[in-house]
Amino acid sequence: MKNLAKWLTLVLIVLTAPARAALDIVITEGVDAARPIAVVPFVWQGQGPAPASISDVVTSDLARSGTFKSLDVRALPQTSLSSVNGFAAQNWANVEAEAVVVGSVKPYGTDQYLVSFELIDLVKAQNVITKGPVNNSELLLESRETVISANQFRQYGHRISDIVYEKLTGIRGAFLTRIAYVVVKQGQKSPYHLMIADYDGYNEQMLLRSPEPLMSPTWSPDGRRLAYVSFENRKAEIFVQDIYSQTRTMVSSFNGINGAPSFSPDGKKLAITLSKDGQPEVYVVDIATKSSQRITDHYAIDTEPSWFPDGKSLLFTSERGGRPQLYRVSLDTKKVSRMTFEGEWNLGGSITPDGRSMIFVNRTNGKFHIARMDLATRFMQVLSSTQLDESPSVAPNGTMVIYGTTHQGKQVLAAVSMDGRFKARLPVGQGEVKSPAWSPFL
Amino acid sequence: MDLNKLFKAMLVAVPLMALGACSSTSDSETDASGSMSGTGSEYGTGGIETGGAGAVLSPVEQQRLKEQELRRQNIIYFDFDRSEVQSENAEILQAHGNYLVENPNVRVLIEGHADERGTPEYNIALGERRAKAIAKYLQGMGVQPSQMSIVSYGEEKPLDYSRTDTGFGLNRRGVLVY
Repeated sequence: MKNLAKWLTLVLIVLTAPARAALDIVITEGVDAARPIAVVPFVWQGQGPAPASISDVVTSDLARSGTFKSLDVRALPQTSLSSVNGFAAQNWANVEAEAVVVGSVKPYGTDQYLVSFELIDLVKAQNVITKGPVNNSELLLESRETVISANQFRQYGHRISDIVYEKLTGIRGAFLTRIAYVVVKQGQKSPYHLMIADYDGYNEQMLLRSPEPLMSPTWSPDGRRLAYVSFENRKAEIFVQDIYSQTRTMVSSFNGINGAPSFSPDGKKLAITLSKDGQPEVYVVDIATKSSQRITDHYAIDTEPSWFPDGKSLLFTSERGGRPQLYRVSLDTKKVSRMTFEGEWNLGGSITPDGRSMIFVNRTNGKFHIARMDLATRFMQVLSSTQLDESPSVAPNGTMVIYGTTHQGKQVLAAVSMDGRFKARLPVGQGEVKSPAWSPFL
Repeated sequence: MDLNKLFKAMLVAVPLMALGACSSTSDSETDASGSMSGTGSEYGTGGIETGGAGAVLSPVEQQRLKEQELRRQNIIYFDFDRSEVQSENAEILQAHGNYLVENPNVRVLIEGHADERGTPEYNIALGERRAKAIAKYLQGMGVQPSQMSIVSYGEEKPLDYSRTDTGFGLNRRGVLVY
């Protein structure tokens, strides 16, 4: 009991400690293809130094999206611009960018700030100035004003990025999301850590630390709970943990494998792997009642279930063809159909949020890479070019995949865009980082 | 390192314990330490060394000693993506099997492990199949299923972090833990 109390105190300290970016991103490929955009540093309208820079958050979000790159601030014709009213279109005539983000921050009562931002259509501005005087208000693509508290600067920065991204691409931004992952720090008494962080690695927090392995974290559709595998009782067991209340529920602890949890789209069930009846088979378990239903039935390995967005069938890995390949099973009829034929192995698959493609691990010539297959055309494209790639997880807007890989002898996280053009690495300070899971929209 | 101390302590403790019960740990590196004879010792104080003549052993006793030696090897290696027990491991498993048959109250935990290639959950399944292959082998020798339990750690507990072919080979293993 005393130990438990000590442990809990430690956890609380970790949870409340201000977290810095533990995962700094290194863009390794794809900057050239990005669309230029101008982000003018938000104008601080208070006394003393500004509390934090929102525009820095926006700048890095847009760069990390792989879709945009911000112009060097020193090259911008106006740098103390806070709204479209002061926008001098003539000065921007030769700036090669499609839009300008401007904004301001001013004190608004105790510990609160009024943040306003505007998105200016630079393409339109450059078209209009050739034809005569410009009505600035017609250049406005978006305009918002919000009161935030001091600890919400990063969060609101992500919100602005979401709006800018959606306005310019038509795709919902995924900047206000989180990632869960496992860190292994060898040599520690409890080497296995289950962590969550903002999608960009900031605000890293520990959810669980254990002397025995932690595996396969996955998010509930509401972004509130994580399911994962823990060996804390010297066997594989599946837990669901509320990330706010820290409540943990054991969902599955049968003999043998209890693994590969995946939440149903309604959040009420988990698809899991159990080997209690002999071979690893796919089951669906009701989280509230714990009642389980066997879905697959084959003497070969069946594992890694993942839901189709409509919740009516599962994608899973099976060795029934001799080597691991991806299959689909209908929950109603239990009818199984093979999905992949190309490459030596295809495993660890998931369906993208739009239901149109599939992301998985492909083995070709002995090399493991992240691949995408279009479900309609069956066209397969290898996306990654790193080593020992595994555990792909798709961003909720379907634009990016985060996955585990090996770099300079260490397990690290990496990201690749859905077209394979943008590649980035998320290095770490200490330990091996693996099993990333991208949260739903928060 | 504490491990080093522990290892040294085990050099003394293991031969003693091996007479009565047996000893091993899941992450033990002692299996690679080569053979150790029960006679002669340079442990103690004052630099004194003792020597001794080997006892005259009956063939049964000789076999028992040999199996005692073999049982200290508690790791069985596997080929890539395979879970068949290789014939070169027959002698080691024979020693463990005989011991378990003779001591029906002794229980063993069989761990299955995989190398880092493939996905973590597929490797859990592969590790379990390896552990089961060892259990089946021992059961074939007459070991009771109730004496054996199984856990698969997949690629979560590698012995070697080099990510080379040699390293992968060391990680594809089954471990017998008493």
